[in-house]
Amino acid sequence: MDRFLFLTFDGLSRGAVYAAFALALVLIWRATRIVNFAQGAMAVATAYVAYSVADATGSYWLGFIVALVAGLLLGAGVERVVMRFVDHSSPLNGVVVALGLVLIIQGVLGMIYGNEFRPATAPFSRDAFDIGGVALLSRYDLFVFAAVGAVVVLLTLLFTRTSTGLRMRAAAFAPDVSRLLGVPVGGMLTLGWALAAAVGSLAGMLVLPTELGLHPTAMDIVFISAFTAAVVGGLDSPIGSVLGGLMVGLLLSYISGYLGATVAPMAVLALLVVVLLSRPDGLFARSKARTA
Amino acid sequence: MTALLDVEGLTAGYGAAPVLHEVSLTVQPGQIVAVLGANGAGKSTLLRTLSGLLPAQQGRILFDGKDLSGIKVERMVHHGIAHVPEGRGVVTELTVDENLRLGGLWRKPQPPLEPIYELFPRLAERKSHLGHQLSGGERQMLALGRALVAQPRLLLLDEPSLGLAPKITAHIMALLRDLRDRTGLAVLLVEQNVRSALSIADEGVVLSLGRIVTRHDAATLVDDADLRHAYLGF
Repeated sequence: MDRFLFLTFDGLSRGAVYAAFALALVLIWRATRIVNFAQGAMAVATAYVAYSVADATGSYWLGFIVALVAGLLLGAGVERVVMRFVDHSSPLNGVVVALGLVLIIQGVLGMIYGNEFRPATAPFSRDAFDIGGVALLSRYDLFVFAAVGAVVVLLTLLFTRTSTGLRMRAAAFAPDVSRLLGVPVGGMLTLGWALAAAVGSLAGMLVLPTELGLHPTAMDIVFISAFTAAVVGGLDSPIGSVLGGLMVGLLLSYISGYLGATVAPMAVLALLVVVLLSRPDGLFARSKARTA
Repeated sequence: MTALLDVEGLTAGYGAAPVLHEVSLTVQPGQIVAVLGANGAGKSTLLRTLSGLLPAQQGRILFDGKDLSGIKVERMVHHGIAHVPEGRGVVTELTVDENLRLGGLWRKPQPPLEPIYELFPRLAERKSHLGHQLSGGERQMLALGRALVAQPRLLLLDEPSLGLAPKITAHIMALLRDLRDRTGLAVLLVEQNVRSALSIADEGVVLSLGRIVTRHDAATLVDDADLRHAYLGF
């Protein structure tokens, strides 16, 4: 029972990170109908910058903030310089361009920082402390929950309570009509990419210390898990992506715990295939699928 | 009196083959001009070009004496031009209230929505309903109300009667005339429903294969049997 509880909390902690990363994918998908396959590489790039700053200044938190700001800038830059010029007549175009970005970013990171693992330190202890005799949660897990929770709450407030959020939703759902109503749709797209990339960077900063560390390809497996989470939740549903992230986190934790860590990546892919075959709109999608 | 909208020699379309050929027309302040014509005559293309959704290939669009060429679509509302596109363009994923707010977001301070809810009490009852839960008539009211939030000077209205019951169409037409009388709003009204369009229009412009073939007072178009037969087919 203790083991089950431990695996549950561990899964929720990992799942929270997948949730944030999946949320970032959903933000961009809703606005542009592009699955941003470059999101993992973009997050790693900003994490490299963050740890460079942290090493130079001795302050993890300065690096952490730099990661988020770098995410904003990188996201805006990718939209302005690359994605804006992608021909949307075929959905494949955006995918191919995003995959090209992965190769470029990973290549450049390899040239600058080298293709070996570098340590990514955590700002809090990752040792679980006792609650009633059972070691379930570490301070770092609490930090992860708080950070992801804050992002979910802030994004919800942004989209439901502010004029900018209303503009962003309208621009995503009906770009031409929004333009006629005076919404600067291009600017909203840039903002959407910037926010999504910053959330991706946050997820990267949270997950890298729990993995092998910094490496140009360090987020590849995380990307697959988060992408699965987004598909499980329905790519159009922000709430679905959060629930999907937690589900995938739990599933991976139970499978690694009971069947062995080597089975886990296969389990993710199996889940992805099953969901795509049975409920391609996701488990939480509304009954009517959007045509886009 | 200078025209509110003065279009000269407008040629536009999709790709190499233009849909509109050297179209010229004027709309005076407070005037309702009906653009009539068969399917594919270029009526919607005309409105899309006027609001900037489609670039003009040739010609000039003057609004209140200012040249509108090269102005971004999202700036058109700032000049006082509101375009209600065909199919109404209600954002179906947003609520009635959110759709209406969207119409006035660019204005600082944001205009109150109460006048619109007074104009369309039905919308007030359905404030928190999503766009896709509305009937066709309610969507048309919402699209129209949303355009009016920004207090435009010229309304480009594309097929407001499409798919609506005659009673609702008549209600909307009466409302347009009333608005014009009260506020001096000018309307360029694209319609297939010739009778209801001419019932409120001051002038009728007949578009055929992208060219203006005739232009008359609405009353003349209705009364003159020869004109009616030749251009409007009834």
